[in-house]
Amino acid sequence: MQDANISKLNFEACQKCSLCNEVCPMMAANPLYPGPKKAGPDQERYRLKDPEFYDYALKYCLGCKRCEVACPSGVQVADLIQKARLEYAPASKHPLRDAMLANTDFVGTLASPFAPIVNEVLPLKPVKAVLDGAFGIDAHRTFPKYSAEKFTTWFARHAKKAQEGFDSHVSYFHGCYANYNYPQLAKDFVKVMNAAGYGVHLLEKERCCGVALVANGFEKQARRQAKVNIASMGKAVSKGEPVLTTSSSCTLMMGREYGEVLGLPTEGYRDSLSLACKWLYEKIESGEVKLKFRKDFRMKLSYHTACHMQRLGWQNYTIELLRMIPGVQLTVLDQNCCGISGTFGFKKEYYPYSQKVGSVLFEDIRTSNPQAVVTECETCKWQIEMSTGIPVLNPISVLAAAVE
Amino acid sequence: MAGESSKPTKNREYDVIIVGGGITGACTARDCALRGLRTLLIEREDLCDGASGRNHGLLHSGARYAVSDPEGARECIKENLILKKIASNCVERTGGLFISLPEDGLEWQANFVQKCHEAGIPAKILDPEKVKREIPVVNQAIIGAVSVPDASVDPFRLTDANALDAIRHGADVLKFAEVEDFVKDGGRVVGVKVRSKDGLAEYRGSQTVLSAGIWAAGLAEKAGVHISMLPSRGALLVFGHRVADVVINRCRKPANADIIVPDDAVSVLGTTSDKVPFDQCDDMRVTPAEVELLLKEGVQLVPCLAQTRILRAYAGVRPLVSEGGDGRSVSRGIVLLDHEQRDGVPGLITITGGKLTTARLMAEMTTDLLCSKLGIKARCRTADVALPGSEKPVRKATGEYYSLAAKGRHGSEGRKMDFTGTGAELVCECEQVTRAEIVYCIKEFGVRNLQDLRRHCRIGMGTCQGNHCVRRAAEILAEELGCPELARQFVDDYLQERWKGMTPVLWGDTLREAEFMRNRYGRKDYEI
Ligand SMILES: Cc1cc2nc3c(=O)[nH]c(=O)nc-3n(C[C@H](O)[C@H](O)[C@H](O)COP(=O)(O)OP(=O)(O)OC[C@H]3O[C@@H](n4cnc5c(N)ncnc54)[C@H](O)[C@@H]3O)c2cc1C
Ligand code: SF4
Ligand code: SF4
Ligand code: SF4
Repeated sequence: MQDANISKLNFEACQKCSLCNEVCPMMAANPLYPGPKKAGPDQERYRLKDPEFYDYALKYCLGCKRCEVACPSGVQVADLIQKARLEYAPASKHPLRDAMLANTDFVGTLASPFAPIVNEVLPLKPVKAVLDGAFGIDAHRTFPKYSAEKFTTWFARHAKKAQEGFDSHVSYFHGCYANYNYPQLAKDFVKVMNAAGYGVHLLEKERCCGVALVANGFEKQARRQAKVNIASMGKAVSKGEPVLTTSSSCTLMMGREYGEVLGLPTEGYRDSLSLACKWLYEKIESGEVKLKFRKDFRMKLSYHTACHMQRLGWQNYTIELLRMIPGVQLTVLDQNCCGISGTFGFKKEYYPYSQKVGSVLFEDIRTSNPQAVVTECETCKWQIEMSTGIPVLNPISVLAAAVE
Repeated sequence: MAGESSKPTKNREYDVIIVGGGITGACTARDCALRGLRTLLIEREDLCDGASGRNHGLLHSGARYAVSDPEGARECIKENLILKKIASNCVERTGGLFISLPEDGLEWQANFVQKCHEAGIPAKILDPEKVKREIPVVNQAIIGAVSVPDASVDPFRLTDANALDAIRHGADVLKFAEVEDFVKDGGRVVGVKVRSKDGLAEYRGSQTVLSAGIWAAGLAEKAGVHISMLPSRGALLVFGHRVADVVINRCRKPANADIIVPDDAVSVLGTTSDKVPFDQCDDMRVTPAEVELLLKEGVQLVPCLAQTRILRAYAGVRPLVSEGGDGRSVSRGIVLLDHEQRDGVPGLITITGGKLTTARLMAEMTTDLLCSKLGIKARCRTADVALPGSEKPVRKATGEYYSLAAKGRHGSEGRKMDFTGTGAELVCECEQVTRAEIVYCIKEFGVRNLQDLRRHCRIGMGTCQGNHCVRRAAEILAEELGCPELARQFVDDYLQERWKGMTPVLWGDTLREAEFMRNRYGRKDYEI
């Protein structure tokens, strides 16, 4: 008699089973957080009645999306919360700080040429104290290091030409982190792709995916940047190239949230956007790609499924890919949130919750005692390295080290 | 309201006994009490058990009647403005739209706007393109739109507020007591015989007013008076959330299912209109044919209704009177019958017909008549004095999320709720009902079960229809009433009632919810 329910982000499908609450790490750590069921579908009905029903406690949501993974009714719980924050959240008490943390590429542009200085200065006590007081960035935080030579600069100088020697190509969305903080990851990506027989193209124009902008409420800017990426990815796809990434959050943002949260068209590239590990696994499975690994490679690793990785549901591709490397001894950690959630854990007021959420994971890591933790998420890397002292690698870097 | 003070005192002599605690009876009790009459209001169930709790919740601007019933339209706009003032807490100023679809043409619109203006209704023709942009859910085929000051009104809240004020001005309210017959002295009605769980009792009053809705006809027969009533049944559908923030009507000759009203967190679509025999007035089940008709017409207003979750269906019976000019009926809508004049039965008056919107006016007319009979000179003040809960705007404090919904529902009465300790605990998540609000309602309104409780605080009226909260609510109610053994019964009875409304719309998400409920509570051994 009626067609299927099409309510916004499917909130009406909620059956009040509370499974989402069971898995929410913030609800477990923080009594002030109402939990995904209330914050999402329940309060949404009242927010529609009157924006006054926006609950300030929604600011605690980590955006980890574990609730969404758990929901048996297909309610996009975390997207609902994210959308509500964009629509109704009151102005931040730390606008400058939020802008600084949200604009990962802008800050990156500024910091890169001064990387040695920034890296020297940031960890120093007095500077941190200033950040703590003036910006509300927690003094306990270790900052991601900024690199002196951006990846894109290196690529243009040392790698671009050689890529034209390949018959087939992939397009690479490197993200801010690989460009500014850790170009080695992007270099590793190029190495692995070349080893697989593919040349690497960069996108015509790349902007930060905007995941941090959305989380911090800068919707307009996020939308502007998204449009640039959508156009560039569309162009790459129309040339017949897949768009590959190395960061799970960028991928989730561009693959799902451009459409679901920002309401932008994603058909032009969505199905061709993939994490490098998933793409590689599929190519190897189908026999199109063969990777040769070093015989002498030995490494004890623990794999951490980043929240957004779990939301994508692609962790098994990476895990299987890592298992193909002879000499890798792999422990797959239980799925637990590290607590940092992008820029959330950098904010002074949330630092304690962030650490509390992550404590289970840190304990697991220490118990498994690996040489390195492997994960696709760069913010997890900062959090885990800071909290456990154990180095964290992107799986692509592991592959790069293992290939001949 | 169950508060001991409101219970009738033995042997108290009343000036007026009002039979029927719908909106008309409650408004009449308030008016009488404000004018100093010794007043008793008697209701066989809880307040709002009749048409007053089973309508559309539309505070008419009068526009719907502007063409067919100018007198009714004028009454509506006047009352609309009064209620916005005295019952601000029960009314949401949503505004209303009358949309024209291509098949409706625009001739009706021109005449309609003219007639609205003649009745004093500020109707304004809008640019349909602008309406389409600003209200994207509205049928994008519209060729015309007119704005009018329609609003959404909560009939439960409005009835409660009137009854509360009556009590505060000395009236007694007797609920769960059915008037079975009249006490007569010669030809004169001098009181009523009432059956309740305590047995049979008599109450005496100089005047008796029948405000028993469609049931007035049957009662009047017992006093030897015939009122020719036509029960007109209307069915409605409740959708899970607000699809639009305004009332949307169709700009054509009033017909089936052509109004959608935003009521609290839901949208209500209605209504049908069918003459039914008297013996079917108590059968409120909605038929598949009614659901189909409602949906078919409803999607013409707002197409996305075809994909919106339907929570339940319900129906009510309008008390229409078929006689027009006799007695003191002043309009086709409102019917005030002075049975002394009309039938030679002194001491008895009937007030019926009309609308939720015009109930205050009906009460004023009735009380004017009562006063003239009792020889009392007192001016009507109900249009000027704000109702309880609406006396002053509520202060909205951030960081007190838990009390927001309750304050929205009860206005300034919310200050009587105790949100400390477990008070802030959320019991009904869909409708954001806290323990504090529940305890307040149990105390203030004297409820017997969860069906009564929901009328006063919306518990269990949301998406899950009580699936989630019914157990916790039952526990609290049983505890407050001091009868823990009843908790189980409360749950069973409540779900039975909810299922009645869900059965006609059992598909999609509501079917899943019903299955979930059945699994949870269908087994006899579930834990309470
Ligand atoms: C489907 C529908 C939609 C409507 N929509 C609107 C709308 O949107 N806006 C609007 O303004 N109006 C609307 N109306 C009209 C409005 O609901 C009614 O006019 C109004 O509620 C009538 O109130 P009442 O108090 O006269 O009757 P009722 O509410 O029916 O009250 C009569 C009361 O008398 C009690 N009673 C009966 N017999 C006895 C007895 N023997 N002893 C004690 N008590 C007894 C009953 O239990 C009942 O509570 C609608 C009506 C219907 C049916
Ligand atoms: S996104 Fe994560 S933190 Fe936010 S509600 Fe869902 S599970 Fe909880
Ligand atoms: S898991 Fe899904 S269906 Fe269950 S309560 Fe949460 S949102 Fe609702
Ligand atoms: S996820 Fe990547 S591209 Fe997106 S903001 Fe973070 S670093 Fe930049």
